Amino acid sequence: MILGRVAQAIPVVMGVVVISFILTRALPGDPAAYFAGPAADEASIAEIREALGLDKPLFQQFFYYVGDLARGDLGTSLTTGQTVMSDLAARLPASLELTLVALLLSCGIAIPLGVLAATRPGTWVDHLCRILVTAGVSMPTFFTGIVLIYVFYYLAGIAPSPLGRLDFIYLSPPHVTGFYLIDAALAGDWETWFGALKQLILPATTLALFTLAPIARMTRAAMLSALSSDFIRTARAAGLGTRKVLYGYAFRNALLPVVTTLGMVFSFTLGANVLVEKVFAWPGIGSYAVEALVVSDYAAVQGFVLAMALLFVALNLIIDIAYALIDPRIGLK
Amino acid sequence: MADMTASQQPKTAARKGDTTLGHIAYVLKDNPVTMLAFAMLAFFLGCAFFGPALVPYDPLATNGARALQPPNWDHWFGTDNLGRDVFSRVVVATRLDLTISVAAVALSFVIGSVLGSIAGYWGGWLDAVLNRCLDTIMAFPLFVLAMGVVAALGNTVENIIYATAIINIPFYARLVRAEVNIRRNAGFAQAAKLSGNSDLRVLAVHIFPNALPPMMVQVSLNLGWAILNAAGLSFIGLGVRPPTPEWGIMVAEGANFIVSGEWWLAVFPGLWLMLAVFTFNLLGDGLRDIVDPRKRT
Repeated sequence: MILGRVAQAIPVVMGVVVISFILTRALPGDPAAYFAGPAADEASIAEIREALGLDKPLFQQFFYYVGDLARGDLGTSLTTGQTVMSDLAARLPASLELTLVALLLSCGIAIPLGVLAATRPGTWVDHLCRILVTAGVSMPTFFTGIVLIYVFYYLAGIAPSPLGRLDFIYLSPPHVTGFYLIDAALAGDWETWFGALKQLILPATTLALFTLAPIARMTRAAMLSALSSDFIRTARAAGLGTRKVLYGYAFRNALLPVVTTLGMVFSFTLGANVLVEKVFAWPGIGSYAVEALVVSDYAAVQGFVLAMALLFVALNLIIDIAYALIDPRIGLK
Repeated sequence: MADMTASQQPKTAARKGDTTLGHIAYVLKDNPVTMLAFAMLAFFLGCAFFGPALVPYDPLATNGARALQPPNWDHWFGTDNLGRDVFSRVVVATRLDLTISVAAVALSFVIGSVLGSIAGYWGGWLDAVLNRCLDTIMAFPLFVLAMGVVAALGNTVENIIYATAIINIPFYARLVRAEVNIRRNAGFAQAAKLSGNSDLRVLAVHIFPNALPPMMVQVSLNLGWAILNAAGLSFIGLGVRPPTPEWGIMVAEGANFIVSGEWWLAVFPGLWLMLAVFTFNLLGDGLRDIVDPRKRT
């Protein structure tokens, strides 16, 4: 069953590869001249063109491209001199740590808020929820981040300077997972752990504020529609307690659309990540892509776009499978 | 999207000539927030049309003697590190930002409508192919795809517009496809067909207009999102070039001064941008109330 759903993802992955190939080949200028560098003459450019297979028909080039991908070869970054693959692998944990902490934070606030708003319509919780939802979708993440830096770093002085994952007075923990919070905890180095947490709070809050709105909105709507359905009336009529009705029946049914929204929210988060990482000088793959864009390091940018898309496809897969586990009626078609 | 079921809105206009206006007036009276949104929209349009003629200072004129002044009566929003008036720059930028988002949304509206209509009306393999393509676009985190498109096509304002249009097309195409598909064999469509209209004419004149009300809601919500997207792209240094006043760039430039306390450089353009997006979002919610009363929250 799960295999069937995985098979469904294959055409999408193929489409993603095709689009990323098109983006690579749509580069302005001649890729061969670009890879050869500014000092190259005609002969060496022709040589590189042949070596890269750029003299072959487009169709054949595509197979070379897929072959390279299958070997994990995304090209070499001009700025770092490393392969794009190793750069991305080294920086991915920083982005994932930020994204996951932000999502946990926003789910932790948004879902209870949505449930409260749905169960107490017309009260201050409901109004607060509505204001947060409308204001949240209008806030540019990069702006929220800057305001948070101004208030908590410059005015209040309680946040550390917004420069990266760890203040320079700490040593980064021994590399196990690449997640500083986990690595530091594994090493038992709680001072570093708190240092990493302090750096993480502001960017994670920025991202969380951005994702709060859609999750709270969906939770509220899903809870409202679950609460007004027949089975809840039946459960109430049968004399079940409020808690049992609310959390045992309504909330479990409301979870479904919320999980679906999470997929969409994750897409926005991956995009917003780029902006937040730039604001906080966070050394993740988003800021890597921005640095690469500025110096026209295309191999790095394309690698980043492809990696993000594959990450997102994988996540949607996980969500769909989680979906079937939450709701046995759905099943995996 | 949530608008998919907006297809069965009451056809009050069909029964009596002027009830649409009456309905709009009724909803507006009931909903002062939508009125406010319309007023704010008028304000932003005014800024876009007349702003460059009305602002007190040249948005590009530097003045070293008055660099980094906090907000005062001469410079409402203060001055930046080159002594340029932040207020003038923010107001003048309105035209560029609105142009980018309107152009992008118009493009995706047209392309999405054509693709969606074709897929919804003829169905079959056309429909299947289109759906696969849209799925693929949606498989990318959209902002990241926009970055990739701009990087591939080249770093210009036009390419920002194309990139924003591409990532918005799926929303329109899917909406139109759903709206057209359910009316493909409706009585009025068959009647139009029997009285000798060609497929194309039935589709364009009889079926497609039914998709317009939910599309308008989508347009309004999307405009706000397109502004955010364009500002985000220029924030990371894509598209608009630095001396040009644009909200995203102004926030990016102001970000360098926020750690030393010169907050007005980034905060005013950011607030202005937020207000613009907020306006379109409010407008979208208000339009949804008019178009589909059942979805009112």
